Amino acid sequence: MYGGKTRKGIYITERDGMAVVKLDSGYNIGVDPVSCAFSGHLPEIPAKKPDVPQKKDLPGLSIVSTGGTIASRIDYRTGSVTSQFDAADILTAIPELANVANYRTIPLATILSENMTPLIWQELARAICEEIKRGVDGVIITHGTDTMAYSAAAISFMIDSPVPIVFVGSQRSADRPSSDNAMNAVCAARAATSDLGEVAIVMHATTSDDTCAIHRGTRVRKMHSSRRDAFRSIGIDPLGSVAYPSGEVSLEEHAVRRGCRKAGIHDKLEEHCGLLQFYPGMSPDLLEAYEGCKGLVIAGTGLGHVSTTLIPSVRGLVEDGTLVVMTTQCMQGRVCDRVYDTGRDLLAAGVIEGGDMLPEVALVKIMWVLGNERDPERAGSLMQADLKGECTRRSTHGL
Amino acid sequence: MDYNAIGLTAGIEIHQQLNTREKLFCHCLTLLRNSAEHSGEFFRYLRVTESEMGEIDRAAQEEMKRERKFRYYTYDTTCLVENDEEPPAPMNDEALSVCLTIARMFGMTPVRQVHTMRKLVIDGSNTSGFQRTALVALNGALPNGGEIETICLEEEAAQRVKDDIFSLDRLGIPLIEITTSPCMHTPEEVQQVAEYIGMVLRSTGKVKRGIGTIRQDVNISIRGGSRVEIKGVQELDLIAEVVRREVQRQETLLAIREKLLLRKASVHDNAQDVTDIFTSTKSTVLKKAKRIYALRLDGFTGLAGYEIQPGRRLGSEFSDYAKKCGVGGIFHTDELPAYGITAEEVLKVRTHMSACDQDCIVMVAAASDTLARCALHQVIGRAQLAVSERPVPEETRKMLEGGSSAYMRPLPGAARMYPETDVLPVIIDDERWNATTVPELLSVKAQRFAQEYAIDRNYATRLALSEKLPLFERALAEGIKPKLAAFTILSTCTELRRDGVAVEKISDEDYLATWHAVESGRTAKEAIPDLFKGIASGDSFENVIRKLAPTVSSHELKSIIHKIVADRSEFVEQKGRAALGPLMGVVMTEVRGSVDGKIVSEILRKEIDAAFAGKRS
Ligand SMILES: [Zn+2]
Repeated sequence: MYGGKTRKGIYITERDGMAVVKLDSGYNIGVDPVSCAFSGHLPEIPAKKPDVPQKKDLPGLSIVSTGGTIASRIDYRTGSVTSQFDAADILTAIPELANVANYRTIPLATILSENMTPLIWQELARAICEEIKRGVDGVIITHGTDTMAYSAAAISFMIDSPVPIVFVGSQRSADRPSSDNAMNAVCAARAATSDLGEVAIVMHATTSDDTCAIHRGTRVRKMHSSRRDAFRSIGIDPLGSVAYPSGEVSLEEHAVRRGCRKAGIHDKLEEHCGLLQFYPGMSPDLLEAYEGCKGLVIAGTGLGHVSTTLIPSVRGLVEDGTLVVMTTQCMQGRVCDRVYDTGRDLLAAGVIEGGDMLPEVALVKIMWVLGNERDPERAGSLMQADLKGECTRRSTHGL
Repeated sequence: MDYNAIGLTAGIEIHQQLNTREKLFCHCLTLLRNSAEHSGEFFRYLRVTESEMGEIDRAAQEEMKRERKFRYYTYDTTCLVENDEEPPAPMNDEALSVCLTIARMFGMTPVRQVHTMRKLVIDGSNTSGFQRTALVALNGALPNGGEIETICLEEEAAQRVKDDIFSLDRLGIPLIEITTSPCMHTPEEVQQVAEYIGMVLRSTGKVKRGIGTIRQDVNISIRGGSRVEIKGVQELDLIAEVVRREVQRQETLLAIREKLLLRKASVHDNAQDVTDIFTSTKSTVLKKAKRIYALRLDGFTGLAGYEIQPGRRLGSEFSDYAKKCGVGGIFHTDELPAYGITAEEVLKVRTHMSACDQDCIVMVAAASDTLARCALHQVIGRAQLAVSERPVPEETRKMLEGGSSAYMRPLPGAARMYPETDVLPVIIDDERWNATTVPELLSVKAQRFAQEYAIDRNYATRLALSEKLPLFERALAEGIKPKLAAFTILSTCTELRRDGVAVEKISDEDYLATWHAVESGRTAKEAIPDLFKGIASGDSFENVIRKLAPTVSSHELKSIIHKIVADRSEFVEQKGRAALGPLMGVVMTEVRGSVDGKIVSEILRKEIDAAFAGKRS
């Protein structure tokens, strides 16, 4: 009973003390629960399982899902949106995928990407490794975009792969007709069946639906909170691009090619590490709170600096056995602690220059390095070595 | 026509843009731009899954999907929200307030907790693929006893520039949607209700004015017919005609069915490739086409070409359906030979299709077999409806110039809506609802103007409906005489506009300054047209009034002329009345043309006579 009339609707949920009801017109309204009367349950409509034939002569891809939505279905009766993870559902939503490959789906996790942990990175690495051993031509990982770059870096360090490992997601929800999910997925499948041979993120290159960029897993950042083309290669050019809708993949010379690396997995991580962004006036207490950590990455200012007042604390950490690596919060450009006094003092305190590594990549790397190498000297030089394209020797790229 | 006898029922949906400062879900101004000023563009594909595109076969659906590419123009006055690159801001509270005011004016019940929904719209006019809309109030009353079912607050769609290009300036302007129940039974009643609702909307003073800012959709059905929604009626005056023509269309479709039944007409899929018949055709359309297909409709001859409303035939309906597959349209033998297709070719096709005299052939030219088949499938579907028990399909149609309509898509079900999770629900509590005040209705205002200010009734109504109403009320508040303000707004400006003066460039401040100048005697009301001409051509009010002479009263004029004559007494003595011509010029320069020349010459003549007589005596 509402507005002097009895209306029929479907009870959806309770919200802030109101009963949310979907009217016949499709609109939801929130009304006082006392004005509602129960009349019966909604009849179940069994979801029809579409039978989507796969083409066996096409390359084989494995899709490992961690929670990023590649496809979703809307129930317009209730307005509920459900994510689809199974191959048949994905192919129903994005039929073009069927022309690129045939697929196996491995549901690993259904988490929001901010809830990702090093533990799940390890599980993901093992799942991917298993697929590679199975002989697939490529692996696609669906992932929420927030921490996709961290995961891509982690997999880069943990896995040696002869086949492409492609992370993909969507910036705009998969339920909307304008979502970037389908084009990203199709481009990811193209990249995963291409001549690429390393870990990459494949997402929109521009705001238009024309091209996806292929970014190296260790040199990529989410640079915008909401735009489709949020992901950018930092310090290097993208590895290549995928044109849409043609699906044509072009790889740059610096992209590692398929088959160049032998399959392998080193999935140990030292979780007890931290990443700290320096700011003017930062108290030494904050730095000292990292006491006992095995590794600490500092995102310093400019060429890699913290204030002079922090240097004794940095020295203290190093003396206590923490591996301290300096990166720059500028994101672009490399650290050089030999130019100014503060830098020289930091080097004297035992800080290791992190070159042009991105701070968060350096964090993931220090976890991996310390998980696999206990000797501080060798761990330090591993941090400065280029393992998976995370450090460049020459700065060729401007802003 | 006895509309009661045929069981006409009609309802309307009115969409009116609100004149809020900012858009509904972002902080861009509600500014319309010239599409030539766009600062950038991008393009997107909109994707729909399952059966959301209607009954088109899957293969063709795929083909269409890939080709449906939409381009969007961006401006320095649009942002990432319009680009579907950023989540929406909270619902614009100013817009919600306007809706609540209107809801109160119709005596409606507000929704306690307003939920924003996503309504699927895949024609490209919304970058996201859906339109955000919220049900705000229910159950209102109309003076004719009818009911307003709902008020919704929605975001306006992007403006189509042409084809699949859209302009984002309009996207997101708040739009109020008012839906009546199907409570009207004659075309005139529909028009009256639309006019009344429009008047109520304008009474708030918070709605946009001008072409395209208000659009009416009309729902029409007759007994035996079906509910048909005609979208996009922009001119209020056309509503009754739209209803009349739709009634005519539905009645004619019913009559056509009777004829088809008598002829035992039937529709089967007998489509065939007839491309070979046209290898050396003179028809440019057919020559360009990769594939030409033909379909035989048994018993349809003469009826495909039968007029169902002015300018529209049953064949036009077939054509509209076929176009959904991306073909340009169809040909049918009722209209052939024409378009470069010869009688001989028609005969060949008829023979090839084994058609009798009563059979009509429909042909389609397309870029592929798939498209041609898709188009003919659409025609088969529509033709089957024509002989079915429901010969008037439920449809959404678009209004064509003059009031006829063309098929757009099937009537949307209620199902294509789901919650906009990025916008939090808004609570309308008793406090807010009770604080919502109702403005004076414009019809009441007009009456009051007529009484209080002794303005002509007709004038008062025009004033109340005028865009310049707020200016008029401001003028009254500032002590300007109502008649002066009313005359300027309604008469002076209308005349100037007719003379091609850009009156719209005159700001409210200039109006007020002008009236104050008249009231204080700084200028005469006769000088207003010249003042406005100056301002409209880009000059400032102060400059213009300085350039124009201070308008002279007749007393002042007499003393000016007296002085001029006295200063030139010798000249006047010599020339006598012949001095009139040369002195006329001197006087007119002095008063800068602000006085009627006839009056000047009259006074001048008297002065000269007096001076001359004085000297001689
Ligand atoms: Zn905006």
